[in-house]
Amino acid sequence: MAAITDRQRLAYANAQAADGRVNLEFETDEGMTLNMGPQHPATHGTLRIVVKLDGEQVLSCEPVMGYMHRGYEKLTEVRTYPQVTTLINRIDWLGSFANEVPFILAAERLMEIEAPPRAQWIRTALFELSRIANISLFVGDMALHIGAMTAAFYAFRDREFVLNQIEAATGGRFHPNFDRIGGLKDDLPKGWIADTKAAMERIRDFCDEMEILVEGNEIFEARTRGIGVIPAEVAMQFGLTGANLRASGVDWDLRRDEPVGLAWNEVDWNVITHPDGDSFARFWVRLQEIRESTRIVDQLLDGLPAGPYMAKVPRIIKVPEGEAWVATENPLGEMGYYVVSQGGLGPFRVKIRTASFNNVSVVPWVCRGVYVPDVITILASLYFILGDIDR
Amino acid sequence: MTSSLVLGLELAYWQQSILRSLGILLAVLLPAGTFVYLFLFKMVSFMQSRLGPMEAGPFGSMQLLAEVGKWIQKEDIIPEKADRLLFKIAPYLVVSTVLLTYIVVPFGPDMIFANHDTGIFFALAVSSISTLGVLAAGWASANKFSLMGGLRAAGQLIAYELPLILAVVGVVIQAGTMNMSGIVAAQANGEIFGFDGIGSPYFITQFLGFVIFMIAVQAELAQTPFDMPIAESELVTGYLTEYSGIRFLLFFIGEFAAVGAFGAIAATLFMGGWAVPAAWADLNNNIFNLLGPLILMAKMTLVGGFIFFIRFTMPRFREDQLQKLAWTVLIPLSLVNILATTILKVAF
Amino acid sequence: MSSPEAPATEEAEAPVTDEVREEVLAELREDLGDAIVGTHIVPGQDLWVRVTKDAWQQAGFALRDGAGFKMFEFVSAIDWLPSPWGKSEDSPTDEVVETEPAEIVTGYAGGDTRFQVFARAHSQTRKMGVTLKVDVPEDDFSLPTWIPVFAGANWHERETREMFGIDFVGHPHLVNIYLPGEFEGHPLRKDFPLLARHVKPWPGIVDIEPMPGDESEEGEEG
Repeated sequence: MAAITDRQRLAYANAQAADGRVNLEFETDEGMTLNMGPQHPATHGTLRIVVKLDGEQVLSCEPVMGYMHRGYEKLTEVRTYPQVTTLINRIDWLGSFANEVPFILAAERLMEIEAPPRAQWIRTALFELSRIANISLFVGDMALHIGAMTAAFYAFRDREFVLNQIEAATGGRFHPNFDRIGGLKDDLPKGWIADTKAAMERIRDFCDEMEILVEGNEIFEARTRGIGVIPAEVAMQFGLTGANLRASGVDWDLRRDEPVGLAWNEVDWNVITHPDGDSFARFWVRLQEIRESTRIVDQLLDGLPAGPYMAKVPRIIKVPEGEAWVATENPLGEMGYYVVSQGGLGPFRVKIRTASFNNVSVVPWVCRGVYVPDVITILASLYFILGDIDR
Repeated sequence: MTSSLVLGLELAYWQQSILRSLGILLAVLLPAGTFVYLFLFKMVSFMQSRLGPMEAGPFGSMQLLAEVGKWIQKEDIIPEKADRLLFKIAPYLVVSTVLLTYIVVPFGPDMIFANHDTGIFFALAVSSISTLGVLAAGWASANKFSLMGGLRAAGQLIAYELPLILAVVGVVIQAGTMNMSGIVAAQANGEIFGFDGIGSPYFITQFLGFVIFMIAVQAELAQTPFDMPIAESELVTGYLTEYSGIRFLLFFIGEFAAVGAFGAIAATLFMGGWAVPAAWADLNNNIFNLLGPLILMAKMTLVGGFIFFIRFTMPRFREDQLQKLAWTVLIPLSLVNILATTILKVAF
Repeated sequence: MSSPEAPATEEAEAPVTDEVREEVLAELREDLGDAIVGTHIVPGQDLWVRVTKDAWQQAGFALRDGAGFKMFEFVSAIDWLPSPWGKSEDSPTDEVVETEPAEIVTGYAGGDTRFQVFARAHSQTRKMGVTLKVDVPEDDFSLPTWIPVFAGANWHERETREMFGIDFVGHPHLVNIYLPGEFEGHPLRKDFPLLARHVKPWPGIVDIEPMPGDESEEGEEG
């Protein structure tokens, strides 16, 4: 019999300790503590939610993050500006292109250069494409969390048309890294516009299908109506943004109200709001937003201005001293970068304000007194990406 | 109609016993396998715009064998803090109840394992035992998700056993017997307002009862609008969370064999079972001992297809909504159904 | 299309938005008085206000109720100390850097201390945001919490605490949000080494891709 080495003993002790940390029972006077996560089918990654239960009723609910913390704010400090975009692609990995834009805009603002109009229009179009890719997955995902598996497959199927277009234009399905300070890496490929319009047609069909299959289902309505109501006042207190805010009846969309140079105001579209503030409203608003996004893309491609797609920028990018905050309306909500430059090759400090972090911070407030299945409904309807919480 | 005559052969008791054992295994595994391949692999794949298994055998038809081989090879993990005995026997409990259910289902004029006078009562009674297996699995796993799944299953059983039985009561009243062969005969020989061309299949005359029965079956089997005991997005996989390998396979077989069993019961109670309308053929002909199982299988497949179609279309109810549906809608409706059946029975 | 006009209109609008920001600043001055110790306006873009530490919470209320900035964005902090480890993005040869006490250069709206906490709120009626800053001296490394002002500040303050070590007085649950409980140090402080860089030096900017603008224009998309 082989003797147990010290190393094995240590490894065992460490594993036990790690186990203990995850399965830690919180001290409760009553009820049962249920650990949802970090590995749980409904947490989009590794979010852990510690739920205190009385039967099936939730007494309190505390999200625990950090299982995917990658320290991007620190890492940006040791990278040059063009290198940073590669990192921040991975924040909201379903709508990657949209992550790059506000950072690039902030750098451009500090450098006092502006991308040529063609670049701005293409940026806007790609931004909306990544929104569609992101939110169409949400639609299927929400249905999946409520128990309807089929809608998720439809979502994956139809999202592929959009991802193909993103790949055709940028070379990357998931992480394009296409945006450059002063413009774009490349122009659009030939035939892309017609293909994209066909894809938008498919997405509109997908929306119709989802309206019948998911939104029109009585069980879906029974599961989502009146569940997880967030009043407008509370939503603003917690800094909820995006569709979560609009579903609470606040008519606020950075695309319309602060377009920061991109081309949203050049086309005709509507901001969708819903007065209810419940899970159904959040689902509905997002589904309608996909439609609006397809309209935006169609119009942008119709009126795409000619001209260069890159401004004149120095070969080695040095950003002058200053501070800038640029936020855009990303698929998950408002994403902003507070960039502090001290004139170097890389930023001095970047504060990344992500939508999911604020959106999820409302969970302990909203998940009181609901049932266990409602926790899943609420989490799904708030729609977070774990990379977007943990950064 | 003694069961000593099978296919016109005179057999010794031990020979009959072996035949019965083989027959019941066939009756359990064949529909279960058919359902898994036909519905879980293929129909659902086409519903979800994908192909499903295509590699093993023609159109992936041997995939099931590959899956079974995979599950048998896998390690059978028993959690450290589990109640080992209960944990081990729970899957067998679930599977054995399905075997028991088939005992009273008639497959032909003489093809029946045991011809009880209270056959339907027996079938519904033993089918509830599987919930004990589920509850045992949930408790013995030493896992909170499993426990919640097991408790949900128990709650669901209590709520849905009632409409299930009450829906059957209407059939029993109309047929005038609890013997399943008798119910089949009543449907084959019956008539609807003097028209006997199609007999009297009870899914027409007992339509309300049929709808209630199918909803209750869906809940009893924990298929999707009512799959809270498993609820993979909430409870990981409920009472199955800690199971692996052969024991998981047994649960899996149990689940799909139960769909087959309830399909058989539903086909017998509401669709005329193994028989065709008496106006079409002489049902006492010995050929029906061969054709009967095929006819029943076809009807079962219809019912099973319907169950899986619903399963992959609907989202899931919440636990309290399920209870509300049972107690405030289904049970009153089935009582109304019984009342109406009784009045009509007396009137005609 | 309308693109040539776009920059022109922005320039024309710039002084107008500037007035809006001046107005906000005036309102804040009315509420806070001497508590405002520094301001900065980039016309048409943003407004920075630096307040004293004692008035931090009061400034939040003034911003929310007085000036109508009801939407919470974030709370975070910044360490103005130039990195003692050098600028690791430059090149691997700079790895051994003389840690001479470099001068602290603070950003917009000034500052007297190494650490500053900054927070941002947004107004939907005015369609603009304000960045509030406050100095946090190292001998009294704490701030009153902003949770009464904006409930969403809860998690942001937890993050700021673990990343910079700033204590938020009155916070109900000030524990680590990302890092494991036994983690030592405050990673976003400039003197916290990024160990990955020390173990394996970054190649720096070795591969600069050719800028597409440098080359001749490609054919137009059809």
